[in-house]
Amino acid sequence: MFDHDYDLVVVGAGPGGYVAAIRARQLGLKTAVVEKDRPGGVCLNVGCIPSKALIHQADIFRSAAALEDLGVRVDRSGFDYRRVFKKSRAAAERLSKGVQFLLKKNGVEYIAGTARLASAREVVVDGKTLTTRNVLLATGSRPRSIPGFDIDEKTVLSSTGALMMEELPKRFVILGAGAIGMEFAHIMNSFGVEVTVVEMLDRVLPLEDAETVAVVVKEFSRRGIRLLTATKAAGLKKTSSGLEVKLAAKDGSEQTLEADKVLVAVGRAPNTEDLGLEKIGVGLERGFVRTGDWFETAVSGVYAIGDLIPTAQLAHLASKEGEIAVERMAGMNPPKGVPPDEVPSAVYCEPQVGGFGLTEEEAVRRGLVFAKAVFPYRGVGKAVATESVEGIVKILFHPETREILAAHVAGSQATELIHELLLAKRSELLLEDVADMIHAHPTLSEGVMEAARLAEGRPVHI
Amino acid sequence: MAEKILMIALSPTMEEGTISAWKVKEGDEVKNGALLCEVETDKAVMEYESPVNGTVLKILLEAGGSAKIGELIAVVGKPGENIDALLKEAAAAAAPAAAATPPTPDRAAPPAGPTVGTAAVSSAPPAAPAGPAAPERAAPPPPAAATAWEGPLGYGSYPRSSPLARKLARDRGLDIRSIPGTGPEGRVVRRDVEGFTGRPAPGYHAPAGAAAPEVPAAEARAPAVPGLQSQEIPVTGMRAAIARRLGESAAAPHFFLRAQVEMDSLMDARAAVNASAGEKLSLNAFFMKLAAEAIKRHPRINSTWKEKTIQIHGTVDIGLAVALPDGLITPVVRDCGGKTVSRIDAELAVLIDRARRGGLKPEEYSGATFSISNLGNYGIEEFTAIINPPGSAILALGETRREPVLGEDDELKVRRIMRMTLTCDHRTIDGAVGAAFLRDLKLMLQEPLRALV
Repeated sequence: MFDHDYDLVVVGAGPGGYVAAIRARQLGLKTAVVEKDRPGGVCLNVGCIPSKALIHQADIFRSAAALEDLGVRVDRSGFDYRRVFKKSRAAAERLSKGVQFLLKKNGVEYIAGTARLASAREVVVDGKTLTTRNVLLATGSRPRSIPGFDIDEKTVLSSTGALMMEELPKRFVILGAGAIGMEFAHIMNSFGVEVTVVEMLDRVLPLEDAETVAVVVKEFSRRGIRLLTATKAAGLKKTSSGLEVKLAAKDGSEQTLEADKVLVAVGRAPNTEDLGLEKIGVGLERGFVRTGDWFETAVSGVYAIGDLIPTAQLAHLASKEGEIAVERMAGMNPPKGVPPDEVPSAVYCEPQVGGFGLTEEEAVRRGLVFAKAVFPYRGVGKAVATESVEGIVKILFHPETREILAAHVAGSQATELIHELLLAKRSELLLEDVADMIHAHPTLSEGVMEAARLAEGRPVHI
Repeated sequence: MAEKILMIALSPTMEEGTISAWKVKEGDEVKNGALLCEVETDKAVMEYESPVNGTVLKILLEAGGSAKIGELIAVVGKPGENIDALLKEAAAAAAPAAAATPPTPDRAAPPAGPTVGTAAVSSAPPAAPAGPAAPERAAPPPPAAATAWEGPLGYGSYPRSSPLARKLARDRGLDIRSIPGTGPEGRVVRRDVEGFTGRPAPGYHAPAGAAAPEVPAAEARAPAVPGLQSQEIPVTGMRAAIARRLGESAAAPHFFLRAQVEMDSLMDARAAVNASAGEKLSLNAFFMKLAAEAIKRHPRINSTWKEKTIQIHGTVDIGLAVALPDGLITPVVRDCGGKTVSRIDAELAVLIDRARRGGLKPEEYSGATFSISNLGNYGIEEFTAIINPPGSAILALGETRREPVLGEDDELKVRRIMRMTLTCDHRTIDGAVGAAFLRDLKLMLQEPLRALV
């Protein structure tokens, strides 16, 4: 019998790959992970983690205004954005090292290099062939651009370039009002940059529930962030004073914005190239790798997860997908996939947006039976005390079975609050279970309880 | 708040009842309407149903013991509820001889809420030593583990199950205990209930890992009803009662007598009465009244076999079989011999309405001394019915329809004919006795005036 070097070779050490590799070791598989860049992938190095560091610094900077409310005179003249940048890099650095440590601790062999599949059982890393029983493809994605906006990471940036900026622009134009675009709008605006967000669709955060998005729009507008929806970026011209971004609105009107830098945040493309996929028979579908149950590709023993496949491009989903694939390889009987209704989404601008399940508009569009309860933050004592009354907790539920179908939260700590409801949904708790559970006072979580009570027809603070 | 379960009058004449058997024990969860115990009255053994939802905290009168109406026989409440005061009060109220049992201390101290999880875990059987690779742990805990723990939430005898699964099961009339669980640690979850009935729960759900499909509105609202399928359905309290009582009647040696009745006079008379009175008296009320009149002439029909004696009843209490969505109930109109047709009809209307809404009290559907089952509405020509204890006979009525009849003058006439079958318990009613009754009933139905003479 042919003796393999490994039970599993994971290609890519991002949040999908490294979690899968550690899980594989827990299940006793001999595992290697191949990474051509840095451990932690986009998420840790040029994604979720450094952007959260920037947001944290932005919130600190923004709270200077709150200090001024107290009569403190804040002198911002010494402000140096480079220090903000360095803090974000330090966080990324630390976590990337942390991943490397975790891999080592769990006995995962870390191989730096670029992998290519020679066959379903052979992974070639920079000329050296590794034989393996299973392959997990977790190569992730990279920023996409649009015609006329060639990313040079100097003036036309992707999210990577935006994270690597060491100086603040004066005027910043963001193309795309998804999570990335809106988070950068929040960061830049907090540091006093003039921000315009351009979105082709009719509204910002098009994947999120409209009612929660309205909370964000209201607050962004109050803060002076320009949101141009139903508007296309038609062209870019470099001038002596910077950039000119040509915009064409749906209604036919045109305008030109002057900017120092443009961030293109219109989506991410899967990294499927140069892996040898077609050669071994792994099928693609609109650029993504096609998978079946347990994320196995058409080639037995070759699995693909994360941004590489056409499920939501979220780090936490990639991790879960990787675990399922690995458990399958180890002979366990994990679920065949992830129910889309149970995948939380999180947007970290302020106010935050967190949610899971269908949006109300989508439920209506599909003609589904549901009822909703929307509880405002201003009915929550903690929100009033901490000056964060802009927000809602919204629950979609089935009027007969009382099942929680979906939930959407906008406001302070929304990305944390959503999990109680998701746990309740996954555990098949009913609204009354959430409504009857004692929530500590005063907490924002009381808003979750009140929304459930509202659904049960017995809210107290409204 | 704990509810006192008192001995109640299960028949109009009852003063004291003897518990012939308890159907629940302390610690059992009972639903409103569930059978608590059987009480022997002066008339018959009656079923005593729980008037409340809760857990049986205390049984004060053991089987075989007697209590006067109004005396405390049991307490139903929340598990762990302190019922000391209630018991003291009952003891003080009771005769000095009736000493109340002191409350058991362990019930007085409810387990604290947050310990639920640990309590549940600690009652589970010791897990097999978990090896490094022991992924398969799907076997549900044995029933002993499920029943050993009584949580403060009243799920005492339930297996591990999600609240949603319990609600779906409840809404569909399923017993959660009969559904195998496939969730974590054998937990019964939504898909188990759906799989059990072959019917998805209302709501929207995309298959795992797939893009959510377009669901047409109508489909989401009304899940497709599947065809025949193999399934076990739990026995409801009513179904259990039907099975028990009709099973009991199998002990009676049955015999059957048939007769056909010309209904023209009665139908015309009823039509005339209804036309003039402006009210619509049901045909069943006429049947009940005339049967009672015929019984007055043959009291033996109105009797109960009691092994050493035969009880001849002093009033004709007629039960009429009424079909319900899941079962059958026989509301009883007492003393039909002493009431007018319109009075019988009025009482019947109230009882049937209550029966259909499930609100019939035990004394309103038990203790019939005679019963009638009418399947004429279903186009049934004739059928035989099974005796409904404690009665000794039941009358089965078929459809009334126009048929050619050879008259005494040898001429063919069209008459409205109904066929009826009397089922008798031969232990109390001999063939000739039953025949004489049926003959007289037939004559009264054919010429209602005879009932008056």
